[in-house]
Amino acid sequence: MSAPAAVARPSALREVTRGRVRNASRRRLTALALAVLVVAAFAVTLMAGQTFYPPRDVVQVVLGEQVPGASFTVGRLRLPRAVLAVTAGFSFGMAGVTFQTMLRNPLASPDVIGISAGASAAAAVAIVTLSLDETQVSVLAVVAALVVALLVYVLAFRDGVVGTRLILIGIGISAMLDSITSYVLSRAAEWDLQEATRWLTGSLNGVGWDRTVPALVALAVLAPVLLAQGRNLSALQLGDDTASALGVRVERTRVTVILAAVGLIAFATAAAGPIAFVAFLSGPIAARLVGAGGSLLVPAGLVGALLVLVADFAGQFAFDTRYPVGVVTGVLGAPYLVYLIVRTHRAGGSI
Amino acid sequence: MTTVDTRHLPDAALVRRPARVRLLWLLVTLLALAAVSVLSVAVGSRTVAWSDVWSALGGADGSLEQAAVTKRIPRTLLAVVIGAALGLAGGVMQGVTRNPLADPGILGVNMGASLAVVTGVAFFGLTSTTGYVWVAMAGAALSAAFVYTVGSLGRGGATPLKLALAGAATSAAFASLVTAVVLPRNDISGSFRLWQIGGVGGATYERMGHVLPFLGVGFLICLLSARALNSLALGDELAAGLGERVPVARATAAVGAVVLCGAATAAAGPIGFVGLVVPHACRMMAGVDHRWLLPFSAVTGAVLLTAADVVGRIAARPSEVDVGIVTALIGAPFFIYTVRRQKVRAL
Repeated sequence: MSAPAAVARPSALREVTRGRVRNASRRRLTALALAVLVVAAFAVTLMAGQTFYPPRDVVQVVLGEQVPGASFTVGRLRLPRAVLAVTAGFSFGMAGVTFQTMLRNPLASPDVIGISAGASAAAAVAIVTLSLDETQVSVLAVVAALVVALLVYVLAFRDGVVGTRLILIGIGISAMLDSITSYVLSRAAEWDLQEATRWLTGSLNGVGWDRTVPALVALAVLAPVLLAQGRNLSALQLGDDTASALGVRVERTRVTVILAAVGLIAFATAAAGPIAFVAFLSGPIAARLVGAGGSLLVPAGLVGALLVLVADFAGQFAFDTRYPVGVVTGVLGAPYLVYLIVRTHRAGGSI
Repeated sequence: MTTVDTRHLPDAALVRRPARVRLLWLLVTLLALAAVSVLSVAVGSRTVAWSDVWSALGGADGSLEQAAVTKRIPRTLLAVVIGAALGLAGGVMQGVTRNPLADPGILGVNMGASLAVVTGVAFFGLTSTTGYVWVAMAGAALSAAFVYTVGSLGRGGATPLKLALAGAATSAAFASLVTAVVLPRNDISGSFRLWQIGGVGGATYERMGHVLPFLGVGFLICLLSARALNSLALGDELAAGLGERVPVARATAAVGAVVLCGAATAAAGPIGFVGLVVPHACRMMAGVDHRWLLPFSAVTGAVLLTAADVVGRIAARPSEVDVGIVTALIGAPFFIYTVRRQKVRAL
């Protein structure tokens, strides 16, 4: 239909093309800048701390050489911590933006619709009531997150899944799970409580490679799955009917995407606890930085990684008390969240 | 038979109920209240013979059994009063927001009260129960106003989805603020953790005395706004056409509900879902006329909370499950059922 118009006014077509090229290059530039920032923050976390190590020492340690002092502090303490911060942040950011895009609501993040609550409740029960060790707790948390996601999906299913119903049922389920968590905690001994608190706030304290590696593997496996579905996901944003008219298998895409995103959330939560609001905020921040159009998956992941790195560093050294990273992101995230709710409701639309 | 059948008819069939049916149901709920109150006094982690219950009710507290019963009386009274307050507040909130999912827990009001109380305790040396009430009420009012404002921005006004999301998000934000305040303060974290779950276990007459005036005012405002809520149910324009001053009516009723929520939270901690479940159940018994619905909600709320407290005492003998947890476990499935029953467009 537009062909005659384009022929009549070739300049308009050229204008649109140029605009698209410009937008695309702007997106790439922003993503690149974000990636550079993440690398810079990563490097700073490795170097700075109670004692400062020059870049040369850090590089040597990362390359596997023995440096007195630095090998232990950087190699054993800071490196796994920083790697997990990036991994968990990336996972939360990607999974969060997936849910927000799919449900077409920036407030529908895994924090709100019960998936993190499921992992936390399972972990609390496993630590306090069953006294399991760390690996078993993680496994149980991953399984519980998947089961809760499935439960929410099944309960929301009535002639297909509608986003609004899924969100509301998720809110109900998470209220129930939260009450189970607080019941278990009210029965906990002081020692268990410390361990359980990590599960409720999200913390990177005392992280070793044994906790980092599973999350990293999950990210390496599941991120490509999500990225491959990126185009279908964008089509879902137009609504189910339009998406299936465009040739997207709506239910299959949705199930694949949900499984991959929940997997990311579950493994990241198992390693670092539910770091508040990272999944929630990464998508909208990325959307504002990158601009409309195009997939938000990678930018949101980068924003998430940056958030966790910076918040963890700030939590360790910026205050009198050492706060776990989840508290920092929670407190910093709250005002932004409020602003976000106000803004989206006024605009009445998606991210 | 008719009561069973009408449940499946459209809502129009529920509008009017013969006075006889309503009175019968009112009698039934009052009987149920009496029954659960007696149970609440008689049942607990210590088994007590009925003869001891009766003599303790008469004022004797010589033996250990009788002393246990004497301790259960204020607890039962508190459960009844708080339950009535929460049920009534839920009914009013659903009327004010014209929203079937309105509940102090879902809308973040409880978390607002929690945050206010914990801030007061940690930074301003708040210790007295009266202080708790004022602070909790202020927190409840602020967060209610905030969530409602945020939820009603934009197209379509305050839809259930927007309100619930705004409430859940605000709750999450407040929860992490609460953690940030409590975490460095080991001295208050233990007692606050218990308070935050919501229970009526530590009830004394003295603590009840502090909140009763507030609850009384709240009850009065809420019950008096029943007629206005009936007009509001027709929609703002029609209500204005009928001579109702819509903003005033809405604000008055909301103040009543917030006073009830804040006082109840101050006395027993945040207890969710009573305000959600009870009005729905009452609409099946009493229809949608608020002049009947609100008293019904109060009585049924008292029944539900007292029964939940009894269940919590028997379920995990010899320890107890706090009432806030029992109501969440009963209420959340009901919430999900309500969501599933709604038409998508109505959400």
